[in-house]
Amino acid sequence: MSSGELAGKEEQVVIECESVYKIFGDNANKLLQESNGNVDARLFQDAGCIVGVNDASFQIRKGELLVIMGLSGSGKSTLLRCISRLTEATAGKIFIEGQDILTMNNKQLIELRRNKMGMVFQNFGLLPHKTVLENIAFPLQVKGSSTQESIDRAMEMVELVSLTGRENYFPRQLSGGQQQRVGIARSLAVEPDIWFLDEPFSALDPLIRKEMQDEFLRIQAVLKKTILFVTHDFDEALRLADRIAIMKEGVIEQIDTPANIVLNPATEYVTKFTEDVPREKVLRIESVMQPVDGSEQFSELRVSKDTIIEEFAEAILSQDREVAVVDADNNIVGSLHPSHVINVLFGGRAKKSN
Amino acid sequence: MHYFSKHPKTVQFAFLLVAFLLLCFAITPSESNYLWRLPALFKNLPYIINDAVKYLMFDWMPIDVYDPEIQEYEQKPLFREITRAVSSFFLFIIIFVREIFLGGVKTIVAFTSWDFVSEHEWLRWPALPWTVIAGGAVILGYKLQGWRLAILAAFSTMYIGIFGQWEPSMETLSFVLIAAPVSFLLGLALGVWGYKSRLVETILNPILNIAQTMPHYSYLVPVIVLFGVGDHAATIATIIFATPPMVRLTMLGLKNVPPEVVEGGVMSGCNNVQLMFRVLIPTARRDILIGVNQVVMQCLAMTVIASFIGAQGLGSNLMIALNSLRIGTGIEIGLCIVLIAVLLDKLSLAWANKQTDYFADLTFVQRYQYWLLFLAVFIVGSLLAYIGSFVFAEDFNYLYIVPHNKGITTAPFWQWGVDWIWDTFFFALKGFNEFFITGVLVPVKEAYLGMPVAATFLLVMGVAYILGNVRSSLIVGGFLLFIAFSEYWDRALITAYMASIAVVVSGAIGITVGSLCAQNSLASKVVILLCDFFQTFPSFIYLIPVIMLFGITDTSVIIAAVVYATVPAIRYTVEGLRNVPPVLHDAASMLGVSRMQRWISIELPLAFPHIMLGLNQTVIFALFMVIIGAFIGTTDLGQLILKSISDGQGTGIGITLGLCVAFIGLAADQIIRTWVNNRKKELGLN
Repeated sequence: MSSGELAGKEEQVVIECESVYKIFGDNANKLLQESNGNVDARLFQDAGCIVGVNDASFQIRKGELLVIMGLSGSGKSTLLRCISRLTEATAGKIFIEGQDILTMNNKQLIELRRNKMGMVFQNFGLLPHKTVLENIAFPLQVKGSSTQESIDRAMEMVELVSLTGRENYFPRQLSGGQQQRVGIARSLAVEPDIWFLDEPFSALDPLIRKEMQDEFLRIQAVLKKTILFVTHDFDEALRLADRIAIMKEGVIEQIDTPANIVLNPATEYVTKFTEDVPREKVLRIESVMQPVDGSEQFSELRVSKDTIIEEFAEAILSQDREVAVVDADNNIVGSLHPSHVINVLFGGRAKKSN
Repeated sequence: MHYFSKHPKTVQFAFLLVAFLLLCFAITPSESNYLWRLPALFKNLPYIINDAVKYLMFDWMPIDVYDPEIQEYEQKPLFREITRAVSSFFLFIIIFVREIFLGGVKTIVAFTSWDFVSEHEWLRWPALPWTVIAGGAVILGYKLQGWRLAILAAFSTMYIGIFGQWEPSMETLSFVLIAAPVSFLLGLALGVWGYKSRLVETILNPILNIAQTMPHYSYLVPVIVLFGVGDHAATIATIIFATPPMVRLTMLGLKNVPPEVVEGGVMSGCNNVQLMFRVLIPTARRDILIGVNQVVMQCLAMTVIASFIGAQGLGSNLMIALNSLRIGTGIEIGLCIVLIAVLLDKLSLAWANKQTDYFADLTFVQRYQYWLLFLAVFIVGSLLAYIGSFVFAEDFNYLYIVPHNKGITTAPFWQWGVDWIWDTFFFALKGFNEFFITGVLVPVKEAYLGMPVAATFLLVMGVAYILGNVRSSLIVGGFLLFIAFSEYWDRALITAYMASIAVVVSGAIGITVGSLCAQNSLASKVVILLCDFFQTFPSFIYLIPVIMLFGITDTSVIIAAVVYATVPAIRYTVEGLRNVPPVLHDAASMLGVSRMQRWISIELPLAFPHIMLGLNQTVIFALFMVIIGAFIGTTDLGQLILKSISDGQGTGIGITLGLCVAFIGLAADQIIRTWVNNRKKELGLN
């Protein structure tokens, strides 16, 4: 799903954060009140507090995949944990489907987690004494489903994550990738609307990681969950995200679509990530096309707006006229001149090297 | 000079030694010299404890209790009513379990009356024939794990049955089957509480420390005072003794559960109860199962000691056999205890590891096959017993219950073996024994007793300071001060001398054997298995063979302590050395280091903290064995504890003596632990 579509439809906001702070330390509350919302990480550190999340505000719409990207210690996992209330936020408001979860009591929270939320962990967090099947059925069983019902549902999930034949294995008998498949299946067993993934693929080997990302995209294409995905891997963020939030020292530096982040990095810090990104591999035709004004002499080549530039770059560059960009219904929605493509792909870097 | 600045600790030790020796020679031995012996300021402590317990028992909080006999309310102290209630509760379930095994009438009587039962003979509850219990154990073993456990169960029960130990074994079992689950649940509950609340943990920790280092004997007198004498008192003493390791291991296990597993549980929608019982406890299973194993072992280790306060069964028989030097019988009974210990341990382990099959589509017969099988065994066994009553009409019915000491016995064989060893090696053994006593034990003992108290404090606190810090040194000093102010300083020195000889020898053997075995992965596995096996032996068992060889002397006690205490030394050495990361081996090999060099300069230093933890265990094990050795005649603290059991003022004396022993252990523990932690920090191992 692309940002264009999202902007078009006014979809329901599922998760909303308003000035969320998370500060670790004994007198965090007092310091925060004194600072009036202007939190300086250094001053807080001198006072013995560590700033995890600093004034985070954003919304996630239904079916959107927001990736929180940041290096270790940037507060990305802390933010995720505040939203799932595994950690209590120090200040701010967090709404899930309009309900303020910070005011929820334990019982309401458990209800929410049993029905609306699923979470995948970096080191899987599987129960070592339960088999694959039992692990996946676990959320259903704590909810009170009958054994038969939960086992049937768990078997469906086993098929969804392609682990058929291994349902009676124990986590220790599986490879990392397989364990994470179990983690994914478990988090999806209760059919949650909201899916949290905390560096789900970071503990895996590069090849397996790629495979799991594909698997993840395949599952998401079917299920269309509202997703909050945390990673430290910028390439992964670009590959998966509808929008990316880049965090540094607890502050969200920029939150935007992958294309906008690559093309218009907001801060120097973000630029450090984007400058080495091969744009042709990241950007879609849509994000570089120009509006149609009727004067174009289109060549015979037509490209879909959702394709990655790299796939058509050679074909487009071999044209001498504009290329028509079409949407899924084959309507022309934009144009693309070969020279513009060259400019977009290499222009930025040429400027930099001067 | 260069050497000294590089090794400041060596210098410190040298100074310490010089100062220690100077003090030793400078202080004149005299009862009025406080540098020689401190005055017994705590002399009255035992009596204060006694009075406190008596007040608690007989005067504190009187409440009105209805007495059905005189049909009136009577004033009775609350505490005694509570202990009475606890006693009768335990007694009732022990007798109930015992009567299931051995038959009887008391359970029925509890609900009716003696008159009623004597009028109705059919109420007399027959024993389960031993064949049925044996069959049941085999089926249980097969159901829980498979053939291997079934065979072990068969072998154990057959052995017990055939060797005529059936009745005492069932008596022992009946109280272990109560004490073990109660200890397990109590330990689990306290452990969970300690995990949940920091405050509880801080309160529990010192109590656990003392409870785990106090010798078994010292619990006995207070238990007698509070609960009387009998199986229930033995059960309660056993529970007090078996619970602390369970508490500790539960807390440890729960703390080690990875945070992501907990979060996974929370996000799966667990409430607090589900999180505890379905996520935390099962995930901490490894440590908790070690706790279960400990509980079972402690329960069986207590069978002998519990016989002092009236536990019937194998323990009291073993004690009688050892007292009358019937080694053969002792070995047979000892083997019974070991077999029951191993069997219960394996059964509980298998039960905890049991899997459920969700896909099996079972018929009624398949689902209940084991129950049906047991029913069949029950019917066949009962029939056999019934037939037996005709076949052995004149004699004992061997198909029903093999009466005590009417089974096969190998005692004459063992006795013959002992005699043979005595005849053949008499001079060698006697020579060794005499040499050891006069050449080693007596001089060391003299040296210990010849230490002025000031010198002892300087030495121990100095070592604690050099290896740890000021805080550690002060804690150790506090422990020693308690002992020095009690009346028992000299006795404590004797205990310390025996324990330290045992520790030095065990440590040397353990580290050598452990290092050799660790060079080879197969040898490591085998030796760890052997350690497991030997650790299932209740401590008393170790005394049997040494008494056989060396009679009732200090030599026997020290050798038993050495054997017993070597087990943890070996285990921890092997574990420590095997856990040195292989990449370091490779790195060392590539530097051209020889095997010996690798061992000395890489493996030992890295494994050192772990090995020292083993040595810590060795100290505690050795102390325990030395105290238990009192049973076969020593002149240290243990002997006094043993005496206190039959003393009217015994409660306070027993507890004070127990604390003295515990503080020796805790002082050693404190020194070693701070040392290990310092080393770990230096090595960056935390």
